[in-house]
Amino acid sequence: MAEQMKVIYERPKSWANKVTHYCPGCTHGVAHRLIAELVDEMDLLDKTIGVWPVGCSVLGYDYFDFDSVEAAHGRAPAMATGIKVTNPDNFVFTYQGDGDLASIGMAEIVHAAARGWPITAIFINNGNYGMTGGQMAPTTLLGQKTTTSPLGRTPQDNGFPIRVAEMLAQLDGPAYIARVSLDSPVNIRKAKSAMRKAFNAQIRGIGFSLVECLSTCPTNWRLTPVESMERVRKEVMPYFPLGEFKVVEGVL
Amino acid sequence: MERVSIDEQRCKSCGLCISVCPVKILIISDRLNARGFRPAQCTDQDKCTSCGSCVLVCPDIAIELHREVKA
Repeated sequence: MAEQMKVIYERPKSWANKVTHYCPGCTHGVAHRLIAELVDEMDLLDKTIGVWPVGCSVLGYDYFDFDSVEAAHGRAPAMATGIKVTNPDNFVFTYQGDGDLASIGMAEIVHAAARGWPITAIFINNGNYGMTGGQMAPTTLLGQKTTTSPLGRTPQDNGFPIRVAEMLAQLDGPAYIARVSLDSPVNIRKAKSAMRKAFNAQIRGIGFSLVECLSTCPTNWRLTPVESMERVRKEVMPYFPLGEFKVVEGVL
Repeated sequence: MERVSIDEQRCKSCGLCISVCPVKILIISDRLNARGFRPAQCTDQDKCTSCGSCVLVCPDIAIELHREVKA
């Protein structure tokens, strides 16, 4: 008699079954997987529109079976707002890195949050511009060496890192703002539940939602994937504390 | 059917699954896949507790888990 096996985990249906182009150990893949799982679990495959940024995840549209568009650098929230206004029944999310969202796209994300339109932003914070070779980003930590701050970032020369989640939580527009980490199984579980709340904030029409994901960039940090996760816990988390910074009533 | 099925062609040998496995049954194998990485492999299928930690940290969705149904 054939053995009966039950499924503990299988690849999500909205995942396009391709091998990603990301470096080994890059947490982009984890964030992608959480989105695909949630789209499956919340039955959103037919009405999801993803807006993809410029950065390492520029080819993200290739990896999912839902519809996607590619935005100009930093302009994903503006594009997502337009899509949501004209297609209010669709589920619209943006996926942006820190170079895209916190630098060139800072105006777009702040005004999208201030308007409070029900769109969702997934923000990947890995502290540098990964695609172009590890230049300093607005979220680079003080003292962190990058190709454009070879002696380490200093406040005199380069200013201070920006805490995007806390900053946007000051506005009245957003419905849900949280910072999560993708460094360990327990934090990835918490990240998924934060993303579920963010998705729900949009589906219930409550308002703008953003989830900032602390991520790794093993290639440009010059660390192994396992050491990168250690660095997130030891160096990044003290400056970028995890938590929910804004939860309006009705978000669950 | 095995409990831990690792798609060797997807695996990029990052080693994150090995670092989180609580029963330490994952290792990097000594063969190469088509992309030139040495994929992770499971050394003892019967020891897997289906905790799902490897699945959660795998950035390449290379791991699928199954378990026998109890009679």
